[in-house]
Amino acid sequence: MKTLSQKIWDAHIVHEEPGAPSLLYIDLHLVHEVTSPQAFSGLRARGIKVRRPDRTLGTVDHSIPTTDRSLPIMDPIASIQVKQFEANCKEFGIPCFGVNSENQGICHVIGPEQGATQPGMTVVCGDSHTATHGAFGALAFGIGTSEVENVLATQCLLQRPSTTFRVRVDGTLKNGVGAKDIILALIARIGIGGGTGSVMEYSGSAIRALDMDGRMTVCNMSIEGGARAGLIAPDDTTFNYLHGRPLSPKDAAWDAAVARWRQLPSDEGASFDRDEIIDANSLAPMITWGTNPGMGVSVSGAVPDPHSIGDARERESVAKALAYMGLEAGKPILGHPINVVFIGSCTNSRITDLRAAAAILKGRKVNPNVRVMVVPGSMEVKRQAIAEGLPEVFREAGCDYREPGCSMCIAMNGDQLSPGEYSVSTSNRNFEGRQGKGGRTFLASPLTAAASALSGVVSDVRTIL
Amino acid sequence: MIPFTPFKSRLVPILINNIDTDQIIPARFLKTVSKEGLDKNLFCDWRYNADGSEKADFILNTPRGKGAQILLAGDNFGCGSSREHAPWAITQFGFRAVISTSFADIFKGNSLKNSLLPIVVSPEVHAKLVALPEDAEIQLDLPSQTIGLPDGTRVEFPVDPFNKNCLLEGVDELGWILKQDADIAKFEGSHPGTLNTLLVA
Ligand code: SF4
Repeated sequence: MKTLSQKIWDAHIVHEEPGAPSLLYIDLHLVHEVTSPQAFSGLRARGIKVRRPDRTLGTVDHSIPTTDRSLPIMDPIASIQVKQFEANCKEFGIPCFGVNSENQGICHVIGPEQGATQPGMTVVCGDSHTATHGAFGALAFGIGTSEVENVLATQCLLQRPSTTFRVRVDGTLKNGVGAKDIILALIARIGIGGGTGSVMEYSGSAIRALDMDGRMTVCNMSIEGGARAGLIAPDDTTFNYLHGRPLSPKDAAWDAAVARWRQLPSDEGASFDRDEIIDANSLAPMITWGTNPGMGVSVSGAVPDPHSIGDARERESVAKALAYMGLEAGKPILGHPINVVFIGSCTNSRITDLRAAAAILKGRKVNPNVRVMVVPGSMEVKRQAIAEGLPEVFREAGCDYREPGCSMCIAMNGDQLSPGEYSVSTSNRNFEGRQGKGGRTFLASPLTAAASALSGVVSDVRTIL
Repeated sequence: MIPFTPFKSRLVPILINNIDTDQIIPARFLKTVSKEGLDKNLFCDWRYNADGSEKADFILNTPRGKGAQILLAGDNFGCGSSREHAPWAITQFGFRAVISTSFADIFKGNSLKNSLLPIVVSPEVHAKLVALPEDAEIQLDLPSQTIGLPDGTRVEFPVDPFNKNCLLEGVDELGWILKQDADIAKFEGSHPGTLNTLLVA
């Protein structure tokens, strides 16, 4: 009896020997401009080619502006990085969705939407949110630049086995509660180191009920619980999503692939090293109050009081987070004024995220004190949004609707908070300075972000549904 | 990579839990296309004032923070992004080891590939190290996988045998993987690609 991750692992072993990690074959390698330049330099220094350019896909996302694409990149350092990336892809024969490509987008958005990410695959990317692809039942690891170089050169990755961690989410989500709230609640419970060394497999009726965009949101933040990867067994929802995508198998190959994919789910009775159970019925919209994604509460909850914490270092870290966030211990988080709302990132920039936010904003105006940025995850999402009339909804509500990229998730491209500013963000990290030096981030769902954009304070979307 | 040799050093404590890679090296410094010059931005936002001057009370700006080779950190060090810029910045500053009770997986893997040794110790040993006098030196020996404390006691720490070998010999993983070329080719031969090619002529 095997788990889904064991099945994928076993099918990808290239070489094993005593004392060494397993050498795994990698089916898909996504590369972007920030974590690859030194890897390409390494290949050049050794005189090595990219082994499988046909299993490698490049995109620019982290450092590119989200303004008009016909204009040059104003930041000279980012401009060099992007140009060099496009040149590297060309030199090594890697297909690349460059700045002016009609398929450009965030690496974790484009892989799935192109149909490049498929069940049973191994996927890597020099980015910690690679777990996103696990939503398709693919074993997907975030890797560092040395490993990017290894995979470019050999299409293989050295890995020690992970422990297995099953998260069951049963029940039905209430109106106003979504995928983002599931994962924020899980991380608040287990802590940001809680899943270290493990591959998380999400199961249960509430996970089955999620569409692929929601499943990607859940898997995306597995790393925020410390996990190496997140997984969801493929099912008809997965197959319906993939059918007809540009890189999905076609015709007879499609039928054969689906038959293969149906064998992937964990066997009944397969055992996991750890289990965690979440009751979807009892979940409320979640929001973070602190400086790591585990510091979260339900939106109607209160900021913790360090005095009530026994462990000294934990107490200090809560006190430090509250000081950075400028929050008072024990106070409710609801109603806290904000300056910015960011709807975007590989966690929540897909079409269903934009639809959810637009449904709240439609026919309403955002609070004049709040700057609201909406950043689609890819050119494809942008096209879908146009087809559905979403950009007009956002613009009429007073939002700044921008071009695809990572944008204020990582604040490398000039989209950032000013020191002291508060944002409600649909991204995945609220670390100190993550969205700009001195900026303060409340992580939440697109619904909570949109509701807060209207009121100018942290809001409970359930009150306006 | 240079072979990892035994050494003695003072400890530089930054005893905060969950230090993330955005603190180690903020994202705005990742626009570089080289590995060089990252040390000056190590812990940038904790280390400098808004005007670029050094914050006098941050440990890396004090005599204690300079010239030592071992960082003593809180739990779950290196969580967050996969940026290898984090271990690059740490080693360029002069550190060769980080001691904590736990490390985030990707950071740990990245460190081992850059001659930076992540050493996991028990909370008890960690507390002992925290309590050492400022100028106390500890001995770090990778072949025996031990830390030698000033009182003469030795504490063992775990290291993956494969990584240990790479560190001691100063070889990187890529050389080793390249030697498995026959197996890689065999695997490719027996597993025809299911990914439609992305290549456009
Ligand atoms: S959107 Fe944010 S988390 Fe996702 S890949 Fe970009 S920078 Fe990383």
